[in-house]
Amino acid sequence: MTQRVQTGFPWLNNRQRKYFNEAALAYLFLLPTLIGLVLFSLGPVIVGFLVSFTNWNILLPPQWVGLQNYQTLIEQDLPHKVLWNTIYFTALNVPLNMAVALGVALLLNQQLRFAAFYRAVYFLPVVSSAVAASLIWTWLFSPNFGPINYFLESVGIPGPAWLGSTTWAMPAVIIMSVWKGFGTNMLIFLAGLQGIPQELEEAAMIDGANRWQRFWNVTWPLLTPTTFFVLVISCIVSFQVFEQVFVMTEGGPAYATTVLGLFIYLNAFRYNNMGYAASAAYVLFAIVLAITLAQFRLQARWTNYDL
Amino acid sequence: MSRSATQSANRGTALPSRFESRITQRTLLYAAQRLLIHGVVWVGAILMVMPFLWMLSTSLKTQGAALTYPPEWIPRPPQWNNYAEVVQSFPFATFAFNSLKIAILGTVGQLISTSLGAYAFARMNFPGRQVLFVLLLATLMIPGHVTMIPTYILFSKLGWVNTHYPLFVPAWFGGAFGTFLIRQFFLTLPQDYSDAAAIDGAGHFHIFTRIYLPLAKPVLATLALFTFMNHWNEFLLPIIYLTNQEKMTLTVGLSYFRLQFNTLYHYLMAGTLLSIIPIFVLFVLLQKYFVRGIVMSGIKG
Repeated sequence: MTQRVQTGFPWLNNRQRKYFNEAALAYLFLLPTLIGLVLFSLGPVIVGFLVSFTNWNILLPPQWVGLQNYQTLIEQDLPHKVLWNTIYFTALNVPLNMAVALGVALLLNQQLRFAAFYRAVYFLPVVSSAVAASLIWTWLFSPNFGPINYFLESVGIPGPAWLGSTTWAMPAVIIMSVWKGFGTNMLIFLAGLQGIPQELEEAAMIDGANRWQRFWNVTWPLLTPTTFFVLVISCIVSFQVFEQVFVMTEGGPAYATTVLGLFIYLNAFRYNNMGYAASAAYVLFAIVLAITLAQFRLQARWTNYDL
Repeated sequence: MSRSATQSANRGTALPSRFESRITQRTLLYAAQRLLIHGVVWVGAILMVMPFLWMLSTSLKTQGAALTYPPEWIPRPPQWNNYAEVVQSFPFATFAFNSLKIAILGTVGQLISTSLGAYAFARMNFPGRQVLFVLLLATLMIPGHVTMIPTYILFSKLGWVNTHYPLFVPAWFGGAFGTFLIRQFFLTLPQDYSDAAAIDGAGHFHIFTRIYLPLAKPVLATLALFTFMNHWNEFLLPIIYLTNQEKMTLTVGLSYFRLQFNTLYHYLMAGTLLSIIPIFVLFVLLQKYFVRGIVMSGIKG
């Protein structure tokens, strides 16, 4: 029985026509996605790259200036400081976040009573907006009236000025970010832990391995794919840190917490240096790409996909 | 059987009392361990909620009580009026309405556009499927700060600055996270469903709307929740696009509120609390969908 597939294209046979129809329909299904890709991701990536070679204040037409923006980024001191701040934030935030997330996940994986309740409590900061969380922590870190310095003083440590101090502002932002962010990674680790077959742990236990040995020789190797995923995502997110800095310190004091995300925002929308901001955005993009690719390269050395 | 197990079994038959004492010792050790774990988890949980409690406590204080040292945790008497004063001095209801509108419109668009795309990637044959899918996933690596400037130019050309369109229209045009999440779910459905439907003469659109979408309700709920939360909590876009107070969302409103009430922490905390409450309620009610979303994206990523 030959089924006639309607619509035109008389030069095609039925099978080709069916394939062609399906492809056309698939692209119809994908139309919103394709438009989104062009208008909101790939297009902007290309346009942004072009803008980064111009001098543009939005009001007047852009002027082509070649590599001048990138040259300024290299020559001036502030961009260096900004880059260093971003690396500082990432270098502390990512390991702390992951360590806390893994630690809590291991604890909650011990068949605790009320585990769902604890999980919810640890996840609560993730659902609250970064702005709200930043306002709360600004107040917690208040050097004169805040409970953090009160606690420090009561154990005999003179509390620093936190957000007002060039030394302590960044650690304060990092503490807040770990509190706010580790819940997501905790859930991913928990799921990873639950994916490890119980038999393996039991086998190690029967062989007389203690808790620590079981962790290092069974749990950790089998968890490395999860750890890798968490590491990549955390680095990408950390390099883009913006909201907490914007609200808590606005990059201050004395640029001590001005990170790339804030630097780009300020140049684009406060100083109307679109071209310069775009070039800084491209530096951010390049770093994120480089880190991700490097991690995928190094992945084979320490991750274990045997199971 | 391992040696230690045999040994203790032998001892058990020879010296029952010592065996028993070993058991009680073990049980004690185990109980102590459990107690320690519970203790650590409890202390951690308290540390997690402490900032929220501090917010609640401050929001119910007088200005003077908020600025006392040493800090007091229990406001006496609680100043419930703070909330009324905050709502009167700042249009929180308008902000909340704007946030809600944007979050709902964004969520609806995101569900429609990503589920359509996900079905095509999961169940249809077309040239370029692999390339497109990889390309889509690769967009996850593009920082928002890179696309922010060109997108701003686009929307300002459209005259959309200081409107809500830039905040929810992009959600109508797909997204890597959502498409991936739903595609993964569609792939777990047995192909027989769609084959059977195809034999009955149903086209792809029919199979998609009548079979796949109804089965995908849990994963759609998960995506809806995440999209809603992300729109509700979004800060970078509204701070760029919204300048009129009556257009602002809760997050931007709150950040301006901060400038105005710089040191009036009792008002500031009351406003913050008001902005957090809706999302907390949503989270408590729909917790399992949150967990599922993160687990699915993490495990299969």
